[in-house]
Amino acid sequence: MNLDFSQIVPSIPFILEGIGATLKFVSVSIIFGLVLGTVLALCKISKRKWLKWPADVYTSIFRGTPLILQLMIIHYAVPQLFLYDIPVFLSAVLAFGLNSAAYVSEIIRAGIMAVDKGQVEAAEALGVSYRPMMVNIILPQALKNILPALMNEFITLTKESALVSTIGYMDLMRRAEIVGAQLYRNFEPLLVAGIIYWVMIFILTNIGSWVERRMRQSD
Amino acid sequence: MIKTINLTKTFGDNMVLKNITTTINRGEVVAVIGPSGSGKSTFLRSLNLLESPSNGFIWIDDKEITNPKINKSEIRKHIGMVFQHFHLFPHMTVLENVMYAPIKVKNQSKAQAEESAQELLAKVGLMDKINAYPNRLSGGQKQRVAIARALAMKPEIMLFDEPTSALDPEMVKEVLDVMRDLAKTGITMIVVTHEMNFAKEVADRILFMDDGRLMEEGRPEAFFSKPTTKRAEEFLSKVL
Repeated sequence: MNLDFSQIVPSIPFILEGIGATLKFVSVSIIFGLVLGTVLALCKISKRKWLKWPADVYTSIFRGTPLILQLMIIHYAVPQLFLYDIPVFLSAVLAFGLNSAAYVSEIIRAGIMAVDKGQVEAAEALGVSYRPMMVNIILPQALKNILPALMNEFITLTKESALVSTIGYMDLMRRAEIVGAQLYRNFEPLLVAGIIYWVMIFILTNIGSWVERRMRQSD
Repeated sequence: MIKTINLTKTFGDNMVLKNITTTINRGEVVAVIGPSGSGKSTFLRSLNLLESPSNGFIWIDDKEITNPKINKSEIRKHIGMVFQHFHLFPHMTVLENVMYAPIKVKNQSKAQAEESAQELLAKVGLMDKINAYPNRLSGGQKQRVAIARALAMKPEIMLFDEPTSALDPEMVKEVLDVMRDLAKTGITMIVVTHEMNFAKEVADRILFMDDGRLMEEGRPEAFFSKPTTKRAEEFLSKVL
């Protein structure tokens, strides 16, 4: 068996730098997706058709086409239209954030609908207006129920982030590929990258469990 | 003063309130009774616009609250409501439940809200539970918190929608006792209830509803001893 890790040791710091690059755009994408997803979810449950309809169309488009296609369109096709040379980081965040928002909006919508209708009535009867009612009463309860589903989405996003290597973003995956190409040895750098991904997901999962435990305090 | 004029509510083809016209005076304690599905709850829920009336008018003092331009939140600030199933906020402690609306709706300071919340919780006998979460409480305790939560807004009117119907029998009394005390304070109370003894003893007036209509109203002594309508007579013979 031809396996030799000694050759990639000097390249390991180079690969490790990818962690920061990956985490940076993943965390921005998650937050972006979460905020936009929440807004979309609120539009979807609205009684006003002109809010609901665009949100449904949005979800249909971003869930109905491949993420890599969306990434390519944002990074290569949009500049063709606007003659704007879009930085890879921005493309990556836009593609992943917009895509994630579609999924997150459905998760949050389900979470809101699962909150007892009496909660809305109790808040309304106290004279609480829509915004504080959503922010302080409905969403916290919805969030508690959908946390496992949201964690799933974040984990998927973190792993799928490797797709940005295709547009030249210097993330973990891209760096492993570069090292592999330089050394003509692919197994070792890819294995290192794989382990790093696994550790990142492991930590993320544990953070999720910790948050979940904290939110279950009131049970 | 609450005045309803020809208040009507339909759900699809189903007319659940039919031309309810009545006046409830300031400080009056009114019990709304009648068989299930007679529209009692819908009537009550119309008064704070949780149900929007299909037709007719509701006036509270000099405001027509059925006016489509009315700010519902503004109206509801002055009307407390207690539900059959409590609807406490499960992610907040007892104290937080009571403090929430005064802080968010009335912009009270935290200290001020906490002080009056503690006062109210002491009044309903729950000082030892202020830091508990609702799911640690019994039904009777939950309902007393719900009453304190509504009172924290210092409402002029309190609506009770079958407040004891979801309670185990041994917890009914503790809630009715709180309501009895409240009735003495001069607040306007409208109580949808199946507790005939409570209605008889505490209410100034009984509204008897059947099939969406206000069939009969009168002082409890008169109503319970000599109802004027056949329907009320039948109903009383079953429940008393």
